[in-house]
Amino acid sequence: MSIFKYASPSTFYPLAGKMAPWFAVIAAILGAAGLYLGLFRAPVDFQQGEVYRIIFIHVPTAWMAMLIYVIMAVYGVMALTFNTRLSSMMIEALAPTGVMFTVLALWTGALWGRPTWGTYWAWDARMTSTLILLFLYIGYMALVNAMDDKKRADKAGALLVIVGSANVPIIYFSVKWWNTLHQGYSVAASGSSMDASMRMPMLLMTFACWAYAIAIALWRVRAIILEREKEAAWVANLHGSASLKTSGVRA
Amino acid sequence: MANVAISPENGVLLAFRRDLRLAVRSKGEVIQAMVFFVMVVSLFPLAVGAESALLKRIAPGVMWVAALLSVLLTLPRIFANDYADGTLEQLAISPYPMAVIVAGKMLAHWFTTGLPLAIVAPVLGLQFGLGAHELGVIVLSLMLGTPVLSMIGAVGAALTLGVRGGSILTALLVLPLYIPVLIFGAGAAEASMAGIDYTANLSLLGAGLLLGALASPLAVAAAVKIALD
Repeated sequence: MSIFKYASPSTFYPLAGKMAPWFAVIAAILGAAGLYLGLFRAPVDFQQGEVYRIIFIHVPTAWMAMLIYVIMAVYGVMALTFNTRLSSMMIEALAPTGVMFTVLALWTGALWGRPTWGTYWAWDARMTSTLILLFLYIGYMALVNAMDDKKRADKAGALLVIVGSANVPIIYFSVKWWNTLHQGYSVAASGSSMDASMRMPMLLMTFACWAYAIAIALWRVRAIILEREKEAAWVANLHGSASLKTSGVRA
Repeated sequence: MANVAISPENGVLLAFRRDLRLAVRSKGEVIQAMVFFVMVVSLFPLAVGAESALLKRIAPGVMWVAALLSVLLTLPRIFANDYADGTLEQLAISPYPMAVIVAGKMLAHWFTTGLPLAIVAPVLGLQFGLGAHELGVIVLSLMLGTPVLSMIGAVGAALTLGVRGGSILTALLVLPLYIPVLIFGAGAAEASMAGIDYTANLSLLGAGLLLGALASPLAVAAAVKIALD
């Protein structure tokens, strides 16, 4: 008996089912509170006006974009060292959420940049490295989707995320130095000290994004488990009948 | 062959000499990558106009992007044939560790792609009006940077072995990882043109080369083993 009990898809499936709604509820409550405080309560920024409020979505999504890739890499190490299928399934379940957060971060960044910097896109170090992060996510998803052999896709995907995550800091610093060499836009994204009335909604939104990512990844991993294990006896027992088999769900 | 001692160096040498011989015997291959490089670089003046100041300014970037694409297109050469005809499996059960064999293969790949590119680069640089000093820096940066391209590319090539849509998929995996090499490689030449110290860029490329030499054989060997499973 240990935490490894839940490394098996058949034991994790019901656990994930129990946990996911809780995280979804937490995400909804924190998100609602964070948006309310951020959009209605936080004071207007004296330099940027109302536009700055987009950071309450922009900053948490940008953090999540990076964090999810790191978590995928941790699962990748687990997948290759412990040879656990569930770790690879978690990587697969997290990737689309990571893409969504990365796109959101870029999109909100562009919407913020237009009124503030006067341009939707600047080859700023953070923007460029976030774009490259998006490419890394897409590369992972393309590789996994191109392989029919799931066992190989699991391992290849895990290795790719590990190699990619080792490169993330190198990419970040190379882009940063490239940016200073080319002397692009160098606007600091936010002031060094942030008022508590602004910090609170930011924190709430960050935790809301965490909870959302966890909930959605758990739901998605449940779907992946069902898809992969559809021939297994425990799945048949789960739904009482052979309905899943006869419905002809195929990958 | 029977009296060759089983040591890592011999493993590298064995794989290196075998791949080099294969590349030389299939005459077109080495030349094709070079011709492709020359052609891509020659397209740019046609696309952006023959204004010499502009051409000189974009030359390092153009040459580096072209080098990157030529290396990318030759990546299947490292493993694809050996995978298709079963040689890779034979190599996997040889007494040499896979990491040693892939190290030899990556070295051979660089000898037949990166090195020729670095050698023809000065001629192209002259077309773009670069001076001798800048040309030297470009050649040096290509010498240091293209081996890293072979190493990173080998990971992508091994991961996509036998996968449908292989070559475009390899590009998707590998290109984001090539970005630092591109930045430091083209950055060195640009710095030399701007009269700034370019040695920092070259040092970083060298650091990447050492790091790649250390880590890439292990990563590529792992990727090959996954493909052979």
